[in-house]
Amino acid sequence: MRRASWFNVTSLTLGFAFLYLPMVLLVFYSFNSSKLVTVWAGFSTKWYGELIRNEAFLDAAVVTLKVAVISSTLATILGTMAAYVLVRGGKFLGRTLFSGMIYAPLVMPEVITGLSLLLLFIGIGLDRGVLTIVLAHTTFSMCYVSVVVSSRLVTFDRSLEEAALDLGCSPFDAFRLVTLPIIAPAVISGWLLAFTLSLDDLVIASFTTGPSSTTLPIKIWSAVRLGVSPEINALSTIMIGVVTVGVITASLISKRRTVKAQQDLQAAERGIS
Amino acid sequence: MSQTNFSPWDDPNGKPLIRFDNVTKKFGEFVAIDGLTLDIYEREFFALLGPSGCGKTTMMRMLAGFENPTSGTMELAGKNIAGVPPNKRAVNMMFQSYALFPHLTVWDNIAFGLKRGGVPKQQIGTRVEEMLKLTRLTKFARRKPHQISGGQRQRVALARSLAKAPKLLLLDEPLGALDKKLRQDTQFELMDIQESTGTTFVIVTHDQEEAMTVASRVAVMDEGRIIQVATPDRIYEAPNSVYVADFIGDVNIIEGTVKPAGEDLYHIDWNPNQAPLLAASERPFSDGQTAHLAIRPEKITISTEQPVDAKNTAKGTVLDIAYLGNLSTYYVQLEGGQIVKAQTANTRRLSRRSITWEDQVWISWSATAGVLLDQ
Repeated sequence: MRRASWFNVTSLTLGFAFLYLPMVLLVFYSFNSSKLVTVWAGFSTKWYGELIRNEAFLDAAVVTLKVAVISSTLATILGTMAAYVLVRGGKFLGRTLFSGMIYAPLVMPEVITGLSLLLLFIGIGLDRGVLTIVLAHTTFSMCYVSVVVSSRLVTFDRSLEEAALDLGCSPFDAFRLVTLPIIAPAVISGWLLAFTLSLDDLVIASFTTGPSSTTLPIKIWSAVRLGVSPEINALSTIMIGVVTVGVITASLISKRRTVKAQQDLQAAERGIS
Repeated sequence: MSQTNFSPWDDPNGKPLIRFDNVTKKFGEFVAIDGLTLDIYEREFFALLGPSGCGKTTMMRMLAGFENPTSGTMELAGKNIAGVPPNKRAVNMMFQSYALFPHLTVWDNIAFGLKRGGVPKQQIGTRVEEMLKLTRLTKFARRKPHQISGGQRQRVALARSLAKAPKLLLLDEPLGALDKKLRQDTQFELMDIQESTGTTFVIVTHDQEEAMTVASRVAVMDEGRIIQVATPDRIYEAPNSVYVADFIGDVNIIEGTVKPAGEDLYHIDWNPNQAPLLAASERPFSDGQTAHLAIRPEKITISTEQPVDAKNTAKGTVLDIAYLGNLSTYYVQLEGGQIVKAQTANTRRLSRRSITWEDQVWISWSATAGVLLDQ
């Protein structure tokens, strides 16, 4: 292997420092025993203890998890259906338009998405609360799911479904028994992606939230306006942990899938018996 | 053997299992199948042969139910099946890519169709074991498709498509992914299985040798139409057109003008400097009609001296020799430029061979060696 030059080492250090130094500081100070955020007074986990006793934060955490689980599940179902139709539906009028439009939420400013959803909910007289946040999160995360699932479906051998039909499956059974088990890793990583997106969303949630449905990011945002507390640091550290685990799991699943597919291919070429 | 007498297509009272009646299939403006009429009988091993894009795969997909004819009727055992979805047909298909379910074991792949059919569990087990035995896969029942070789995968695909005991089994280029040696062995295996199960097989292939080996009848297709349907020997010895003669095996085509020369005999003027050729033909030709004489290279004799009693002879020079091991093909240029291929079996060792490049030779053949074709 080539030895790293001083230039490479410096740029790597700077790059990672730029990305992770703020988070490292945050995690570091969450273990600070002092009440003052910027003064180090020794190691302590007392703020994590405080956090568990803080009911407002716990309530927000429950709301957040509830919203994340429900919205990512809905988004996965809708996103998978959309991907299936767009990849498999054959040629129908407006297909190109639809497949382009599915990507629009990816580039749409969150403020616009949030505002338009707010207008819609007011317009149809829907009381803002957990339901509206769930709907809003489903809307913006289903396109991510659909992108992940459709990229898997494009490489899916269509004759597998035809074989299932040929052997007596109804089209729905063919999807349930053959297509879904094979594309499951993509569906799961789509779900995890939607879950983490919902977990850390502030902008859209704050547009669509109601009085009794504060999510954690909103809670943190409003708490910080009164000053940063070590408790917030502790909470943020936990969130970083959850999101990291989610993202790593999602990428490991798809990574393992690709590696396995390659191994299978090689094994097939060798023609092992 | 009963196989020699198997010819339900010659029986005027025979009831076909599959009947295509004036079937046309269009994809937009493109006509994939053009007014096709065809009968296939029970227990037949029927081959659809043709170049890619000739419509043979479309025909198979219509039989399986993945495509519906644009017009015309398609009958299976006397019932119109146009519009019946694939899962409601007593037809199974073996896919070119095998399409084995990667997440299921060999056992579960074979059981898949039986489970869908609501067969009792006990019977499923017995049937799967039977299929595993038939295809010699018992040892591999617990493996996943990626853990077995290409030849074994091919057998799993066959076992899976036969498990439901379909009336009709469709095979789409079933041996295309196997190497030559394995392919030849598998051809005989397929024939054995077809005979022992008594299932009607329809095979799609572009490999003429494969079609000739396995099939009871062959349909040669081109551009959505069937050019000829006949037994392999008829297709080879009595092609009905230059297209079929040229598509199946090697052939010399000599074009000329016909002159009647007795009962079922014709003279063909093909070169002003050469004597007319003599050919027998049951098909009548009129005086002055343009015709093509098709002669297989192995029916032409090559010699260094002028044969005395041959009906057709011509003098030429050896241009090239293709040595194939068991056979040698001589490319002989006749006076006048036409190149004729003559083939001989190499029954002697190479060093004893008397004819070589640039030699003056005589080629000859009998009146019945060739087929006279009008198109």
